Amino acid sequence: MASKIKVKAKLSGDIAEIKTLMLHPMETGARKDPDTGALVPMHHITQLTLTKNGEPIVVANLSTAVAKNPYFSCKVRGAKAGDTLKISWVDNLGATDELETVLG
Amino acid sequence: MTKAAAAFGSIFAILLVQQAALAGPEEDRAAFAAYYQSRFPDIPFAEFANGIYAIDSDARAQWLEIEEFPPYEFAIEVGEAIWSEALPDGSSLGDCFQQPVEDIRTLFPRFDASRGEVVTLEVAINDCRVARDLPPLGYDSQAMISTTAYLAFEARGKILETRVSGNQLGALAAYEAGKRFYYTKRGQLNFACADCHVTSVGQYVRADRLSASLGHPTHFPVYRSKLGTMISLQQRFAGCIRDVRAKPFELQSVEYRNLEYFLNYMSNGLELNGPGARK
Repeated sequence: MASKIKVKAKLSGDIAEIKTLMLHPMETGARKDPDTGALVPMHHITQLTLTKNGEPIVVANLSTAVAKNPYFSCKVRGAKAGDTLKISWVDNLGATDELETVLG
Repeated sequence: MTKAAAAFGSIFAILLVQQAALAGPEEDRAAFAAYYQSRFPDIPFAEFANGIYAIDSDARAQWLEIEEFPPYEFAIEVGEAIWSEALPDGSSLGDCFQQPVEDIRTLFPRFDASRGEVVTLEVAINDCRVARDLPPLGYDSQAMISTTAYLAFEARGKILETRVSGNQLGALAAYEAGKRFYYTKRGQLNFACADCHVTSVGQYVRADRLSASLGHPTHFPVYRSKLGTMISLQQRFAGCIRDVRAKPFELQSVEYRNLEYFLNYMSNGLELNGPGARK
């Protein structure tokens, strides 16, 4: 299945600015379905990982406060052209998604 | 804004309406655009398509940042899939319209003389589905809004050219009904659309600055950060009407379709730039 992560990475000097947008519904588990009145089960990203050439540089432990379709950006020092960046997440239901991009 | 300036603006708006009642749609449109250009002489006409971002520099800066990674991108992709998806009879939605996809947004809203009413893009999409024995999409469903977001995106750069033909029986009446709705006070707060979006443009309501109606229809549907989802122009009508504590009309009611018709005509000459991103 195609990745539901979008990424834009810009390199200036040795600092890479990485912006990502991830498609993910965000349910806290406290919302009720408007039609049935039943609680919508909790479903959100629990861990977001960013690796550079296989080495983790960002590991974010997220909870129910994470946004729906979260946007995440960061700046990484010591980056250079040709570095492989991988963004991946795991959610509380065990689903995962990832995307690799090469800095250039 | 000083009291004198506000009074002047109100008198100007009243004169505008009275003069407009005696003139046709094109005279109305020219007077409408002239009013905003006199209120904001430093803003080029084309810039009004950006709504509040044309007049609020802080909001504009935030908008330019969010546009680096537009939150409506996912909706455009969903809409494209819906548009080209094969329906049970093998055709797709595009086959109903028989026009290049980038032109479809520009064809609506339009007055359909044979039906005697304004037809909007959403109504036309559902007409297509019903003709192919498919259930219509809800007017507030993400499926419908994603489809119109895709069509809005494809039409970016096209100039809005809504037509109110004097030859079409009812077109002028529908336009006038939309115009009357726009200038009619309603709700517990007793506001007309014009009270906020003509007289009080640039002023604050709580933490938001009021945008001009000139340019409103060009950038819909919009992604609303507040809701984390997309909404249509008519959902915004319903929201505004709720905000003045009146009972909203149904989506795609004759009142909203006539209002959409009037507003699109008022923004003729501006470039389409949907879908948009708003607070």
